[in-house]
Formats: sequence, C-alpha cells, structure tokens
Amino acid sequence: MFEFLLPDLGEGIHEGEILRWHVAIGDSIEEDEPLVDVETDKAAVTIPSPKSGRVTALTGKPGEVVHTGEVICSIEVSGESHEAAPETVEVETAALVSTEAGVGAPPFSPQRGERSPIPAAPATRRIARELGVELAAVPPSGHARRVTTEDVRAFAAGGAAAQPSRPAPAPRQGDPAAAGPAVRAEPAAPPASATPTISSIPFLEINPLPDYSEEGPVERIPFRSIRRKVARKMVTSMILAPHVAHMDEADVTELEALRLSQRDRYQDRDGVRLNLMSFVMRAVARGLQDWPELNASLDPVREELILKRYVNLGFAADTERGLVVPVIRDAHHKSVLALAKDTATLAAEARDGSIQASSLRGGTFTITNIGPLGGTALVPTINYPEVAILGMARVSEKPVVRDGAIVIRKILPMTLAFDHRVADGAQAARFMTTLIRRLEDPASLLIET
Amino acid sequence: MVMGSLRLEADLVVIGGGPGGYVAALRAADLGRDVTLIDERDQLGGVCLLEGCIPSKTLINAVELATAAKDAKRLGVTFDSLKIDPVKLRGHTDKTVKILSRGVSQLVKARGIDVIRARARFTGPRSITLEGGEVSGIDFRDCIIATGSRPRTLPWSDGSGVWTSREALVLPDTAPATLVVVGGGYIGLELGLVYAGLGSQVTVVEFDQRLLGGADPDLVEIMVKRVRKQLHAIQTDSKVVGVERSGDGFVLSIERGGELETLETERVLVSVGRVPNTDALGLDSAGIETDAMGCIPVDAQCRSEVRNIFAIGDVTAGPMLAHKASREGKVAAEAAAGHASAFDNRAIPAVVFTDPEIAWVGITEQEALAQGRAVKVGKFPLRALGRARTLGRTEGLVKVLADAETELVLGVGMVGPWVSEMIAEGSLALEMGATLEDLLVTIHPHPTISEAIMEAAEMAAGAGVHLPR
Repeated sequence: MFEFLLPDLGEGIHEGEILRWHVAIGDSIEEDEPLVDVETDKAAVTIPSPKSGRVTALTGKPGEVVHTGEVICSIEVSGESHEAAPETVEVETAALVSTEAGVGAPPFSPQRGERSPIPAAPATRRIARELGVELAAVPPSGHARRVTTEDVRAFAAGGAAAQPSRPAPAPRQGDPAAAGPAVRAEPAAPPASATPTISSIPFLEINPLPDYSEEGPVERIPFRSIRRKVARKMVTSMILAPHVAHMDEADVTELEALRLSQRDRYQDRDGVRLNLMSFVMRAVARGLQDWPELNASLDPVREELILKRYVNLGFAADTERGLVVPVIRDAHHKSVLALAKDTATLAAEARDGSIQASSLRGGTFTITNIGPLGGTALVPTINYPEVAILGMARVSEKPVVRDGAIVIRKILPMTLAFDHRVADGAQAARFMTTLIRRLEDPASLLIET
Repeated sequence: MVMGSLRLEADLVVIGGGPGGYVAALRAADLGRDVTLIDERDQLGGVCLLEGCIPSKTLINAVELATAAKDAKRLGVTFDSLKIDPVKLRGHTDKTVKILSRGVSQLVKARGIDVIRARARFTGPRSITLEGGEVSGIDFRDCIIATGSRPRTLPWSDGSGVWTSREALVLPDTAPATLVVVGGGYIGLELGLVYAGLGSQVTVVEFDQRLLGGADPDLVEIMVKRVRKQLHAIQTDSKVVGVERSGDGFVLSIERGGELETLETERVLVSVGRVPNTDALGLDSAGIETDAMGCIPVDAQCRSEVRNIFAIGDVTAGPMLAHKASREGKVAAEAAAGHASAFDNRAIPAVVFTDPEIAWVGITEQEALAQGRAVKVGKFPLRALGRARTLGRTEGLVKVLADAETELVLGVGMVGPWVSEMIAEGSLALEMGATLEDLLVTIHPHPTISEAIMEAAEMAAGAGVHLPR
C-alpha cells in the first residue's frame, strides 16, 4: 500500500484547496495520470499519480484544504501482494481517512521530548511538525530565543528567520487592532531576500466591521485562494511602494495598420492572433534594457537595488477564479510573433486552470491591458516587488492636431505606475516617451530592436 | 445468536474506556475513523472515573468541608454538632460517578461509536479475541491500547484481605477505628486523610525517608506540618514485611532501623504504586514487547513498534495520570487519522489533593540541584498574601524556577489552598516558553492566591516588592 503525501507545491506554498479528484475509491490509476486538482494561492495545479494501482482511500473533499506532507491518497500498488491487508478489504467505512496499518508512519523511534526543549508555543510546534521543520534548526527571533510561528514559516520557505520586530508603540487599551496591527509582508522573493515584518504603522487603526445584517440580509463568502492572495499582494504593494502614475498617449494608427495588414497571414500560418499588446511588450522589453531601474527590485533589508539583466514580462489575465499574472520569460529575446504566441498559450492555461506555478513567478515587469473591456485611463497597482507596471486603456479614434490640421487618429492611452523609492518622474517620462516613439514608428521596432 | 461466535471487522479499535481510551475514541470518531471501543467494565470511565480520581475527590471534598467547618471556630463561626454520615456520603459518591459515567456513554453513543463489553486479548498484529461478550473477536486496521493500570500489591499483601485504593474508596458504614496506610505517596495520603476525617486513627508507613518523594521537600514539609495533626502517626524509613490476621484486624510486621516491630490495626490500605495492565493482553502475539516495568514503548505519536498499534496512558512510560492519558489519547487519535500530531508536551502537572494541596509542573528544585542546572528560584510564602490571611490559611508557598541565563520558566511548584486550580498557569508558561517577565507582568487578580505566582516570578527576577529586602 502506497500512501501519497501532498507534495511541496513550491514557493513556500504549504496548503491547497482540493478542486476535484480525477479518481474515486476503487478506481485504477496509472502512474502520471492526473490524480487531483489542487488550487493554491497562486494557481490550480494538477497532481499526477506517483504510482500505478488501485485507489483505496482519498482524504479530503473538494473545497477542503490539505497541507503539504499530509496523506491525501492511498494506492494499492499493482503487483503488490494482496496479503498485506486481506482482512481490511471490507472496511470501506473509513475510506475517507488514510492509514493502512501504520504504513507511512515514520520508522519506530521510542524517543520523546528533548532534554532541553526549544522554547516555542504548542501551535508553533505543530506547524513545524506539519512543515517537517526541526525546531532546533530554526533561527529564533523571539525574546529568550523563543521560536515563533513566523520563524518556522520563514525557515520552511527557505528564507532566514523573520526579522525581530521593532518594539511597537503601545496600542490603546481595548483597541481591537491591538491583537495584530502588524502588516506581514509576504516573503516575496525568498530565499534571496526575505522581506521583513513591518511591526506597526502609526495612526493605522483597524476597527471591527459593523453588523451589516442589522440593516438587511447579507451573504458571507469565504475570502480564499487567489482572491486572498491578490488582497495580500495589493495591500503589501500599496503600503510598501510609494506609487506615482505617469500618463501619456501613443498614436498607434500606423501600428494598427501594420498589425491588421499582417493579422490574417499569421493567423492562417501559425494560428496566432497578433494583438496590440505583443507589440507593446516588444517595445517595453527594449525600453527596460535602457532603464533597468524600472526592471528591478528593492531589497530593503540589505538596502540594495537588484537590477535584473533579463526581462520576464507578466501580463494580467482575468480568469473565472480571479486575477492571475502569467509570466513570459526572456521577453527581451522574443519577437512580436513569439510574444503573441506565448501570451495566447499562457492566457488559455490561466483560464482553464492548467497553468503551472512556475509560469506565475519570476516576473520583472507587468503589463495590464484593460482596453478590450473599456476605459479611457487607469492607475494600476505595482505588482510588488517589481518596480513598475504599465497600464493600457482602450484604443479609440480621436480627433488630434497634426501639422495644424485636425485629423482622426487611433490613440492608445497608457499609464506607467512606478515605485518612487526606486525611480523618479524624469526616468518614467523618458521611458514612456521612448516607448511611444517606438509604437508610433513601427519600422523602428523592426529595425532597432 | 450463538454466544462467542460473531467475528467483526473494525477500522479502529480502542481497548479501554478510561480517560485515555474514551477521549481517543471520541477524537478519532470526530476525525472520521470508524471506532469500536472495548471495555470490560459495565460503565465507561475507567479507574479515574469509577474508582479513582472522581470518587476520591468527592470524599476529600466532604472531609475538607468538615475540617474547614471545625477550623471556622477561629473566625467566629461555630457549629453545634458536626458529623459525617458515611452511608450518605457513599450514596453521593456513587451518584456522582454514575452521572459522569453516563455522560461519557452519551458522548460515545452520539458519535456512533460501537461499545463492546468484553476483555480483549491480541491474537496477532491485526486481531483480538474477546471474552465475556457475544463477539468472539475483531480484525482491525488500527488499535489504541488504553487498558490503564491497577494497584500494585506486595508479596505479603496478596489475598490477605488488605485494602487497595479500590476497596478503600467504597466507604464502609462505619469507619474503622484504626487504619494503617502502607505507602506515603499521593494516593495513600489522600485516602489516609479521608479516613482520618471520618474518625479513624490513621498511621502512614513509608518505606522511604520522606513522604511524596517526587515533590520538593519544602513543599511537602508545609503540607505535613498541617496533616500531622490529623494523622495518628507518620512512620518513615519503615518496611512492612508481613501481615497476619488477628481477630477482626491485622498485625503488621515492620522493619525499622534494623529492628522488627509489630503494629495492630483494624484495617490496612496498601498504596505502593500502580502497575500497567499489559500482562494479560497477549502482546506477544501482536509482536509487542514491554519494557522492564511492563510498559509499552511508544514514539511521539504514541505508536508502538508495531506501527498500527498505539498505546496511551498508564500502559506507557511516564506518570500514571489521567490528564497525561487524555492528551496521549488525542495525539494517538489524530496520528491515526493522518494528522501531524505528536506528544511534545513540555511538562505534565502533578497534583496531590491533600489539605493543603501540593502541585508542581516542570523541573523541581531537587531535580535542578541533582542535574547541576543553573536556575533562578523565586519563592513567595502565602503568609505575605492578603487573600491567604482572609481565609485564615497562611500555610503555603509558591515557587518559580527559571533558567539562570534566559529566564525561561522551567518549573513551578506550590503548596496551599486551591493550588490544584492554579498549577495550569505553570503548565501554560512552560508550554509557551514563557519567561519570568511574562509571568510577572501578567496582571493577576487581587485578592487571590494566584497572585503568589506573579510574586514568586518577581522574586526569581529580583523584582519583588512584597517581602522585606
């Protein structure tokens, strides 16, 4: 009997919500066939079966959260002697839980309790067990070298210990926020730079919500998964990065003419629909090489700016489950056609939930195109810890003045939101001006980039 | 149905319905296991509920009430006549036990747990036979052994008609005129005091040099000072080597300082510890070997060497206490349900329900000394505490031990009224990894005995204000 433990889902993700089992108890399954779909904070992943055999137990129903290291499934491996469990075959009542005669339990060691136990609260110790972390190995951040839950999680995520939090100003007595005014920064880019925990924000006061049901009927929906992840990222970004938005317009009349003249050709030949965003991506990738501080991350702990000598472009994709940002790797080496192809593939994967977690990380700059849905302007939120994000609004025909005459041109409004700690308005303006020049002169996109 | 012909298949079998077993059964059922609970008694609850903690505390409460009523003379409260009716008290005790046991049965029933009244014996790592019921045997996936313990007997005591705690807890209509308690541990002292309160002349005979060997001597001394007035005699360094019946009573032969003495008494209670109920389980057939003490070796998940068989409570090493068994029961149930549970508790509190009570958790001062461990010790006597004065109960002491360098709390010990209710704060401090500062900045309500914990922590940290410097 093989007991399958929920594998590491990567990037410090230790839990996921079961979306769907591909098998039922009693089914046969082949190695590498899809076993279960699990949705994490980042994406839905399909976990394949590690063995061929017959499924004897499944843990967890769709909608339930499972943790790394928990037994999620028991498989009677093909060819394995049936002798192991003849008397348990009839016992189907307990099928929803694991355990086949203690298989999967660690080897026997009648050891219990350390001689000098590491100081840590019982709940912290449990989390350490669940994450498979030895408490003794965790650098403690607490008073008297006490290991905190944050230390354990940071260690499990591969980072250093959480930074000892600075003494917080005494909260008002009875302040409901007193229990936790701390804003926990997500360990955004472990292990290179674990983001510190910000202990408190002056004047920040989080009051409990009023009882809205007193006013009328309400519905309460769990705030989970991608929605919760987006919320964390947005709050983190808005609090940590002083946002500045620079707005401008590009005349894409020529570019659109070029695009439309070539669209059918590539649609027929490659099945790829050339879209405006792929051209913008090409121009952005080029521009980021000229202004690397917009393709960077700030390490506030070491007080260093990390310039990335590659461009991985993220683009916001709207899916049924919420906003996800697939990442096109090495965008600076890719043609407009390749960018269009990648965009289409990743967007489709994001929508059907098959996108890999690896395709959702490693971005250096993000583009969000709200244009197809409408909008004359937008102020996007930086995808922290990136430094800048480009927002594209709707292309529309507008009367503009050219050579003293009013003409109708296709205008693309764009906004670059950037982290003012890292870049200034002048750099943003220069980046945008160059970007617009490239988009307005499509030949230069071909020749110069 | 033919008796003894039915063989069942079960998912999880729990053997023993005491505070370890029934808790394990409830938790496992809540986590989705299909549980069968086996117990040989008519009622659930085990020794703790049926013939241990619960009846003994019921009796102790009655006797202490009477003692307190007599003491109240000093406060200007007098009673014309005061007596304890053993028959009525026995009735109250029976009723208390019955209600609690019924409560356990209801909890078990509500979760759809099958209860089988029988005696279980392993025939293999996945099977048991049952005696005494209509089910002859069970094939199981997993098993939790929670069969508890029974009073230890001595070579001379077997079959001699002397009491163990089990018999002593069923009050006779008339208390014996004289009672000798062999063994000055917590069970002997608690029951000795019950009978002293009922009017018996009680002598405690202890093999060791002092009573309650595991507790710090300074705590025990304070208790003994008060208890001595209620007991006829406390004889330490004394070994009972034989017993003879003499008329309605007994004559004990006692070795003391190399000399042989005799002691006549109406009743004898032997309370010299407990032995795990592992010998009649057929553990060999399951492939489990017990240690020299008869205990089943287990790991942190309470799993034995045979990985689908767990063992909890008195059948495993460590103090034979109900609260340890209950915690282990939850761990085993959670582990059996695939959770990452472990018995990683830092300390198991010990409580002695004498009057005054003694309780301690974590390291004791004598252990720290024996280990050569550098500790800070803070002690606060109850005589300096307002609440103790108002009660007229100033005998008592609370001590806090902390690591000399980090000031992490390592142990808490206490003697005084109601300390059984206070020791959990010490347990929490140890589990959380609290420091002296954590204890001393925590506001303890005034006026209460619990302030002594804060004060003792202050003393250990050198920050006390309520004692002369």
